[in-house]
Amino acid sequence: MSSAGDHLVVLPVVLPIAAAGLMLLLDERRTGLKAVISLATVAVLLATALALVRGTLEGAEVYRVGGWDAPYGIVLVADRLSATMLALTAVLGLCALTFSLARWDRAGPRFHGLFLLLTMGVNGAFLTGDLFNLFVFFEVMLAASYGLVLHGSGETRIRAGLTYIAVNLIASLFFLIGVSLIYGSAGTLNMADLARRLPALQGTEAGLVSVGCAVLGIAFLIKCSAWPLGFWLPPTYAAASAPSAAILAILSKVGVYVVVRLQTLLFGSGAEAGFGLSWLLAAGLATIVYGTIGILAARNLARAAAYAVMISSGTVLAALGAGSGPALAGALFYLVGSTLAAGALFLLAEILRRGRDPATAGQAVFEDEYRDPFDDADDTVIRRAVPASVAILGAVFLFCTLMLAGLPPLAGFVGKLAMFSGLAAGALSPSAWALIGILTVSSLGTLVPLVRFGVLAFWVPSDDPDPVVGRAEFMALAGLVVACLALTIWGGAGLAYADRTVEGLAAPGDYARAVLDGGAR
Amino acid sequence: MEIVLSLGIGVFAASGVWLLLRPRTFQVALGLTLLTYAVNLFIFSMGRLRLDAPPVLEAGAEIPAVSDPVPQALVLTALVISFALTALFLVVLLAARGITGSDHVDGSEPGR
Repeated sequence: MSSAGDHLVVLPVVLPIAAAGLMLLLDERRTGLKAVISLATVAVLLATALALVRGTLEGAEVYRVGGWDAPYGIVLVADRLSATMLALTAVLGLCALTFSLARWDRAGPRFHGLFLLLTMGVNGAFLTGDLFNLFVFFEVMLAASYGLVLHGSGETRIRAGLTYIAVNLIASLFFLIGVSLIYGSAGTLNMADLARRLPALQGTEAGLVSVGCAVLGIAFLIKCSAWPLGFWLPPTYAAASAPSAAILAILSKVGVYVVVRLQTLLFGSGAEAGFGLSWLLAAGLATIVYGTIGILAARNLARAAAYAVMISSGTVLAALGAGSGPALAGALFYLVGSTLAAGALFLLAEILRRGRDPATAGQAVFEDEYRDPFDDADDTVIRRAVPASVAILGAVFLFCTLMLAGLPPLAGFVGKLAMFSGLAAGALSPSAWALIGILTVSSLGTLVPLVRFGVLAFWVPSDDPDPVVGRAEFMALAGLVVACLALTIWGGAGLAYADRTVEGLAAPGDYARAVLDGGAR
Repeated sequence: MEIVLSLGIGVFAASGVWLLLRPRTFQVALGLTLLTYAVNLFIFSMGRLRLDAPPVLEAGAEIPAVSDPVPQALVLTALVISFALTALFLVVLLAARGITGSDHVDGSEPGR
């Protein structure tokens, strides 16, 4: 704990909450200053995440909060998986934030503060090495997300928000039941310590821990919207304002991350090895099928993007359930690309929808509270439009479609191909065949409706005015496209990194050693 | 004592689940509150039920004799968080009631 570099791990948690606190002190009208502070914060987070990706190449970095040794104190652990997810959050966050500067950050109070708190919760959930601390970060992230879902107000948002909050409160209760069962039977909440103690447990205690983990699993599967626990996701994400929906796309991935982390850490080896894998496989496959049917049936682009988020969560769950390391690596690679593309699709949906259907704001009840946020503003708010917007939007749309459907030449294809070759490398069990088949069908099922939306939006002649793209909005889309392109161009390196990530996951002993034995500094 | 506590948790949870499945938003809010009580009692019971165990603060107490402080800390955290989020839920509930003109969970009366 001497050099400043050691404290890098805690920065993704401390920085956004400090900046969010600062936001509270600033007057709501100082939008420019607020925008600068948030942008700078998220930019620093991106730099930190990239530094952590470099720093964790050789092994996990452990930060002992307050200098207390594990398992008594709380630890933050950055390994390759955490660092990747941090970087993904930062890229998506930066682009969503940039997009919001065009007008959405002024649609309601405290957008920047909520946004930063959400980032803090997500980062914390990726970093923490303690189950109860994970609960706290989850709640921070969810509380901020409730605010973001309702941002901009209006009847559809409030209706969707009501369901969203109720479902997530129930999920949190499941989380608490699971955590306390695990504590009651294993006597620890530190993940690494738990991984060590599990094999030694006997009889009732072992059974209770399994029950606790299963209950926890339900909570996380609700968050990552696995079928049949994920019916809340499409209406919520489709109703949320575009930048909120884009950053919410990372939220369901937090659930996926925790499932992957805990499954590999706790049940990677030993007597209980493979606990719950068949359930994860079944849930993942059902999620992909449900998401594909949903995207085929979707009537608007935002809803289609929400189903695409579901499909990408389901893909990782199914790949984890299939029990093949290389397939999981491919799925993680696909997850990064598809999350970025789904985020871009949410942003595109907003640009294309704008000006075509009147805002569906409800009747005002309280004087100035619930009204269409852009009632008294015309399109000049967006200012300085980018020329040739239709051509650019069309290109970005095609790009996102190819990414999500997993077609060559983009990164989505690389990920899917890696999954297929990973599954085909082992003995081809019926479940592996099922996964390959369903993934192929879901590619087609994603391609058809998205191309249909594209044709309707860009090729069908209509009297509607051409969509207008503000400069900030263009920057956001460009950022996401560049990130996806980078993922494609350095696909080989990315896949190799994903392979090493999965190798790290397959060796829970190293993780436990880094957390528990690396102490006494 | 075990019987009383488990009955209490069971009754809270059962009433909570029943209310949660009711069609009015306020019933859902009450159901969530009752479920939270059940879960908090459950967390507390995970420190094992013991009579007359001194708190961990008492000087000179034997380590095995004191009551487990961790579940108590967990309950405290969970209490605060669920309290705050229930309050938030109530605000959204009121907004939904005001904006849709209905307190049905779907935002509209069935059959309309």
